[in-house]
Amino acid sequence: MATTLPHKDVAIIGLGWTGSILAYELATAGLDVVAIERGPWRDTATDFPPSWAPDELRYAVHLDLFQRPAQSTVTMRNNIKQTALPVRKFGSFIPGNGLGGAGVHWNGMTYRNMETDFNWRTHNEQRYGKNALPEDMTSQDWPITFQELEPFFDQFEKLAGISGKAGNLNGQIQPGGNPFEGPRSAEYPTPPDKQPFGATLYAQAAEGMGLHPFPIPSANLSQPYTNPLGVAMGQCTYCGFCDFFGCGNYAKASAQTCVMPALVRQKNFTARMNANVTKINLDSTGKKATGVTYVDDSGQEFIQPADLVLVCAFSFNCVHLLLLSGIGQPYDPVSNTGVVGKNYAYQCTSSVNIKLPGKILNPFISGGAVGMALFDYNGDNFDHTGLGFIGGGVLQAAHTGGKPLTQLVSFPGTPSWGSGWKKATKENYQIGYSLGTQGAVQSYRDAYLDLDPTYRDPYGSPLLRMTFDWHPNELKMSQYITGKLAEIGKAMGGTEIFATPAKAPYTVIPYQTTHNTGGAITGTNPTNSVVNKYMQSWDVPNVFVFGAAVFPQNGGFNPTGNVGALAYWGAHAIKTQYLKNPGPLVQA
Amino acid sequence: MNRPALIGAAVIAAALIAGGVAASRNARAQDEAPTAQTEISTDPQTIAAGKYLVAAGDCVACHTAPGGAPFAGGTVILTPFGKLVGPNLTPDRATGIGDWTDDQFVRAVKYGIGHNGAHLYPGLPYVYFNEVPRADILKIRAYLATLPPVNNQIVSNQLPFPFDIRFLMAGWNLLYFPDHGDFRPDPSQSAEWNRGAFLVEGLGHCAACHTPKNFFGADRTHREFTGYIVDGNNAPALVNSTSNGLGTWSAGDIATYLKTGHNAYADASGAMSSVIIHSTSNLTLADDHAIAVYLKSLPGPQSAPQPIAATDPAMVAGSHIYADECSACHMTGGTGEPGIIPALKQSPVVNAAKPVTLAHVVLNGGRSVGTQDAPTASAMPAFDGILNDQDVADVLTYVRNSWGNAAPAVTADQVSKLH
Repeated sequence: MATTLPHKDVAIIGLGWTGSILAYELATAGLDVVAIERGPWRDTATDFPPSWAPDELRYAVHLDLFQRPAQSTVTMRNNIKQTALPVRKFGSFIPGNGLGGAGVHWNGMTYRNMETDFNWRTHNEQRYGKNALPEDMTSQDWPITFQELEPFFDQFEKLAGISGKAGNLNGQIQPGGNPFEGPRSAEYPTPPDKQPFGATLYAQAAEGMGLHPFPIPSANLSQPYTNPLGVAMGQCTYCGFCDFFGCGNYAKASAQTCVMPALVRQKNFTARMNANVTKINLDSTGKKATGVTYVDDSGQEFIQPADLVLVCAFSFNCVHLLLLSGIGQPYDPVSNTGVVGKNYAYQCTSSVNIKLPGKILNPFISGGAVGMALFDYNGDNFDHTGLGFIGGGVLQAAHTGGKPLTQLVSFPGTPSWGSGWKKATKENYQIGYSLGTQGAVQSYRDAYLDLDPTYRDPYGSPLLRMTFDWHPNELKMSQYITGKLAEIGKAMGGTEIFATPAKAPYTVIPYQTTHNTGGAITGTNPTNSVVNKYMQSWDVPNVFVFGAAVFPQNGGFNPTGNVGALAYWGAHAIKTQYLKNPGPLVQA
Repeated sequence: MNRPALIGAAVIAAALIAGGVAASRNARAQDEAPTAQTEISTDPQTIAAGKYLVAAGDCVACHTAPGGAPFAGGTVILTPFGKLVGPNLTPDRATGIGDWTDDQFVRAVKYGIGHNGAHLYPGLPYVYFNEVPRADILKIRAYLATLPPVNNQIVSNQLPFPFDIRFLMAGWNLLYFPDHGDFRPDPSQSAEWNRGAFLVEGLGHCAACHTPKNFFGADRTHREFTGYIVDGNNAPALVNSTSNGLGTWSAGDIATYLKTGHNAYADASGAMSSVIIHSTSNLTLADDHAIAVYLKSLPGPQSAPQPIAATDPAMVAGSHIYADECSACHMTGGTGEPGIIPALKQSPVVNAAKPVTLAHVVLNGGRSVGTQDAPTASAMPAFDGILNDQDVADVLTYVRNSWGNAAPAVTADQVSKLH
């Protein structure tokens, strides 16, 4: 028997980046806010003290900070003809769990969509003709422009203290920055990180080839910083323990470091931890949410009534909740009807490992977003005529550390254990270097999320089923940009160049990236999207969805910059429009 | 004879000798306090002023127990002589101060005489509150009268024999409580300095922790604000000395620290966190600045002792440990990171004669305070189990003798006693 709790103005599902931003914005606007988070409380000082937090076995191997498959998992298949099976150990992607969510363990690369990423379909069709996108490619324009979102990119960057160098300041191209970015209204809040030797060699080689390397916009702060919430951050120590880890130096921007110290001081904010939301409740019309149902860690069920429900979980978990709650029509690829679950996309990564004989790279001196990148082969920054694909990706020298268990640079023929492995490790540790790409992934009619017919979670609800594979566009794209990256590796003086572009089929086993996008996409009308341009559900206007689930397709870079900007954009719309007149902000 | 027994004997002797004089002092306190009946103001401005004075006096520290009702008492105060418990200040008639007259309240605060005429212990810092004018004390009363009455019987005196004999305080008062009377401004100083002096010396009772104490727990007045050890931690020197004090801080730095708990050099932790949360962060920045101006006028040693040579084996060992374990946050020059990681360079806690806080923090870690203006409560991780006692001693010796610091070497034996 569920216990019904006192009413709140706002119930937020998930307390990561978006949940904490929305909670702070709405609590400081005077609303009574409760955030309900599936995982534990986390605190920068006590959870990640630098004296022991860099524990590779605990965090990078045993995945201490992450969602346990026993809590919930997804089932996976490559195509509609297969039977999906549950992911019993997260591999390809690792959703976060607990306060801060995936923003605890992220590396901190904080890119923005480029201008053409927003009008993506229109732009490609204008430049390459009506048939530029294959028939089964369902990528579409965002309903927002870069110019609309720019102030909110800026707001998120200032919250996080991002370290970087502007490449386009109010339309003026700036030397040393990314010349392909949209016009920024302000320089980054802190200067770029210092660059390790490997990244320096990469930038020199790329520049020599006429390319445009720039320091990765980094949430590993180059210097101490105090954000607009008054929260203090420290400076990155280049310890090389970012990915999979929380940062106890207060140097990596995360919800628990950048938002929580200020949010916990708001008396009208409550956090309920270890509380798993199982459903968003609707009234009898099905057009209005009345709150959420959650189960705490003792198995007790609670109903939390609320006027406004914000779905701020990890991207595909948001889609799962919408499907379980009956919000919006589920997508069916056969009949090509419905929208919820449509346009699931991912990130197409690849790497180029090289040896730089004679060099001493000291790869342990690094950070998650410390490195150099270039956008010359990203988006539509190069002519795709005759290439047979659209899109591209960022090419990066972002060797995030030299951790002994998980970060040794491997080459073909190297044994994975024993004396041969030891010999190769000794020989290669200081000269092995890994370059990487983060490639765009277009959306397709047959790549989607729905409810699994067989497997259920501990609460008796169907698991989310993921149907996904690489398509020719992505494979060609990865082949092309990985080849370009290998050219830079060669220009660096690299020998034994070992390039591994993406290859089909997609598999969930090796870690690739936790950049899962789509399934609750934003668009111009209810037939092409789940949420409107303010991330408001078309079907249930007092439900908003935040995070990468709203991306219509995924660009060629890490998604968090977009995620943060959309959170502020949505918060602004709620505060300035919705609260004055609750109801649809865009008429269908 | 152990120390408490010795002190006890001495105090009894002093009390016997001085008893008669003390009795007359007591009478004077009675005389000074007019015998007017109770007239507690209900004027909102008076109440607000009283609330502000309560913040300035940090009354919460002793009168609100952790998790307890505001000012209902129950906080345990550990003194070198034994245990005192903060009384109930709510207007409850049976267990609080609800049936006290104004005179009784003023006598308690200003002279350390309880409502039944018995001596109070200087755990209630009447030695300092003596400077607070009666009018201000009645404003405090007016504020306290607005609190919800809480029935909470407190046995305040939980000292062991012989310290539990309240009459002993008559002798103590004679020796160490000069009864200056109301604060008298120094006309040769600025209004701001005088405001600061009133807050520091009077209600703020900063000397209670920051001034060394003699054998009897009274201030060594000739060494005012040169630092003391309270509850096993350093209450650092506040005098204007660069070698051991606040000499490197501007008045603005001090004010920022008091207002927010953090400045470019330091992040408050330990007992000072409580002072900042309940007292100084609630004062106006102007008052915090006045405190700073007064502290900056306190003379301190201007010549630094000689540091231990960098070639000393402990210094060499310490420099390596520092590079490995400390420098990433505290920086190679010991400057820390503004607002989040304390500077070690020219820090009074680092240069304290007895490095107890320093060793405690390295062994057990520590956490700074979060305030409205600076909400990040940054922390130092514990190194017990990572560094052994000799490592801790060496790195502290290094820290205490680098970047302009100079202080006696730390030994492994000193560290081992602090586990």
